[in-house]
Amino acid sequence: MSSSINLNLMQGKAVQLDDGVYWVGALDPGLRTFDIILSTANGTTYNAYLVEGDEGVAVIDTVKEEFSDEFFQRLESVTEYSRIKYIVLNHLEPDHTGALPELLKRAPQAQVCISQRAQSMLKALLKDSRETLNYTAVQTGDSLSLGNCTLQFFNTPFLHWPDTQCTYLLEREILFSGDVFGCHFCDARLFNDKVGDFRFSFDYYYAHIMRPFKNWVLQALDLIEPLSLKMITPAHGPILRDRPRRYVTHYRELSTSSLSGELAHNEKSLIIFYMSSYGNTARMAEAIYAGTDQVEGVRVSLYDLQGGETEPFVDLIEEADGIMFGSPTINGDAVKPVWDLLSSLVVVNLRGKLGAAFGSYGWSGEAIQMVEDRMRGLKMRVPIEGVRIKLIPTDEELEQCKEFGKEISSFLVGKSKQQGKVLELAEL
Amino acid sequence: MAKAKVTFEDIELTVNVPAGTRVIEVSEKVGSGIIYGCRECDCGTCMMEITEGWDNLSEPSVLEDKVLRENMAGRHQRLACQAQILGDVTVKPA
Repeated sequence: MSSSINLNLMQGKAVQLDDGVYWVGALDPGLRTFDIILSTANGTTYNAYLVEGDEGVAVIDTVKEEFSDEFFQRLESVTEYSRIKYIVLNHLEPDHTGALPELLKRAPQAQVCISQRAQSMLKALLKDSRETLNYTAVQTGDSLSLGNCTLQFFNTPFLHWPDTQCTYLLEREILFSGDVFGCHFCDARLFNDKVGDFRFSFDYYYAHIMRPFKNWVLQALDLIEPLSLKMITPAHGPILRDRPRRYVTHYRELSTSSLSGELAHNEKSLIIFYMSSYGNTARMAEAIYAGTDQVEGVRVSLYDLQGGETEPFVDLIEEADGIMFGSPTINGDAVKPVWDLLSSLVVVNLRGKLGAAFGSYGWSGEAIQMVEDRMRGLKMRVPIEGVRIKLIPTDEELEQCKEFGKEISSFLVGKSKQQGKVLELAEL
Repeated sequence: MAKAKVTFEDIELTVNVPAGTRVIEVSEKVGSGIIYGCRECDCGTCMMEITEGWDNLSEPSVLEDKVLRENMAGRHQRLACQAQILGDVTVKPA
């Protein structure tokens, strides 16, 4: 451990990362829950950086508002506010922009550099001064000069907000990546080769923040991978100076589908989940399963929610092309294990997956439509109305379930009777 | 009354509708993946992509234009709660 680093941290000074590059962030070791959804066993850091060129200074990101004093103290240890020419914001979430209003008061000459998508968010953050805002919206290919060094911008949206971008310090080969490659982990030793084992935190952060945006991660990696990387400086957690490229490689591994190699070419994956109280919805599920399996090119799996944990099911759903939920209606609602799974899907991208619902009911049978609505809310396609059966399904009704299953499978492979059909509005 | 066809590309379904029908009046009934928030031209949630027949929708109002701009809409994107179908058109969730 480098004692000088710790000493600077203790004294509220900036920590030098490279020639003219400083960490001016803040430590938050007491944090246990971030943003309601994430837990952290040892806090987090809000990483802000300063780049000093011979024609001025750029500040890259700021900190959460409560930590502003620490940020300004570190900033003042290496520069004067009048030298700040640019404030680069890679991501406008409040944990990175909390000190921005005050920074703009202290350095009113500074021009804010943000992504195209960040413009409306910046105006919302700085409502009081929106008329006088001095900002420029940048995109991939844009750069700015600080004299002897250059900042290049890479538009990397949805990592994990629409506004996110990465900034690359060309001459030092340092990537200011925003939340990408970050994690909630607080260690005053700062650097990945000095801090404690943060692998779990790194993967946990990816799983909860980046995972829903895997396709966007892959697009961002296409921009990042060709860069020479001496150091990656994310907005949270350790600074990655020791073999930074392995984190890039790891991100690609995490973002690449694992099941795609298992399925045959053009084969679709369909999963049927169900929960049953008296066995009626289970009987429906079996019949639907039998129907779905009649269609070639679809690999179908049937799972009773009672026998599994939510997390592995989420993994399965992420890789599936179609998902069906069977739930009885109890007290006018779908049952809790179904909602538990449906409310855990925010960490995966479901857009465009095929969805369908079914279930037995005693009195009202609302569960099916509720589940269908939830699936639409998750941006899934729900093209075929679900099957509701009152109490015990008859042989005829089980045949109807089988047909329903067959229709869903057919839809997945593009051979449904409904596909290409023309309806009249009045029929709906 | 003049008729028009609206095709929902994501569910591969076409509906014959009277000209002037708003997309919102059809898309939910057929189960298209276009989703709705405020339903009154404020939130931009129901953004859709027009893949064919761009000219066969009503012109966007000043308010819709504003919401489209704020949401960085692409050239062929409209709000399903606002756009009226005037001729044959193919849409999908944005």
